[in-house]
Amino acid sequence: MGLVCRVVEEAGVPTVCVSTGRDITALVRPPRSYFVNAPMGNNFGAAGDVATQSRILRAVLALAVEARDPGLILDDVLQWPAPFAFNPAPATPEAIAKQLRK
Amino acid sequence: MTEPAPDAARPYVRYIDKTRAYYLSQGYEKPYAWANNASAPFTPLSKPLSASTVTLISTSEIAIKGDPRFDDDPETRAKGNVYDVPSATPAAMLYSRTQSYDRYATTLDDPNAYFPLDRLHEAVARGRLGKIAGNCLGVYNAYSQRKTVERDAPEVLGQCRAMGVDVAILVPV
Repeated sequence: MGLVCRVVEEAGVPTVCVSTGRDITALVRPPRSYFVNAPMGNNFGAAGDVATQSRILRAVLALAVEARDPGLILDDVLQWPAPFAFNPAPATPEAIAKQLRK
Repeated sequence: MTEPAPDAARPYVRYIDKTRAYYLSQGYEKPYAWANNASAPFTPLSKPLSASTVTLISTSEIAIKGDPRFDDDPETRAKGNVYDVPSATPAAMLYSRTQSYDRYATTLDDPNAYFPLDRLHEAVARGRLGKIAGNCLGVYNAYSQRKTVERDAPEVLGQCRAMGVDVAILVPV
């Protein structure tokens, strides 16, 4: 998505990337990024947490206006209440079959 | 600031190694190579937010309940890698089909946590934003820098221009 940001921005449309993957964002370097240290899928906070979702959206919109440095990453203050990692669903039967065909 | 934040009290997940292993497990032929850019393009916002048109763009595999474009049937599935989600869609009608998140730590049950359409409508109602574009956009992960840059990003740009978008919020999931 950071690559899409770069192409769209380069063509004249300002973008903000709302990221939960700081290492990826730092490498790809979108024009403006807002990093939320939360599990993937919680870029705007936890499910049902309307106050945090609104707060993060306000901050993201403010970044669209106020950023001056290309490639800036702004870190949100959110502290997720429990450990998290990257535990996606296991490989699908189709993916396993594809591996076996190699 | 472009380097990872040196705040050891708030460690963050290193996704690059983890997603590389995940893509291989999903049957992709080669490890994904992340783009590594030394600089970034930049376009200032040309008007106040209160007069701006905003759209949301997401790789969350956001889908609309009952919409045949998101069925598994190849006859009705949406063609292409970029698709529209009308911004008037009630959030209760949205859901995500993605599997690439920490299913032990969270759920994707509340679209507003990753596709904050309700929050955007509230911002418009308060006068903070001008309006939401007619459509938000979904983009399927291409797992290819070339396809993303040469195929998907130009399609996103074209749709943004057609809708008069002044600022786009992009949400990778």
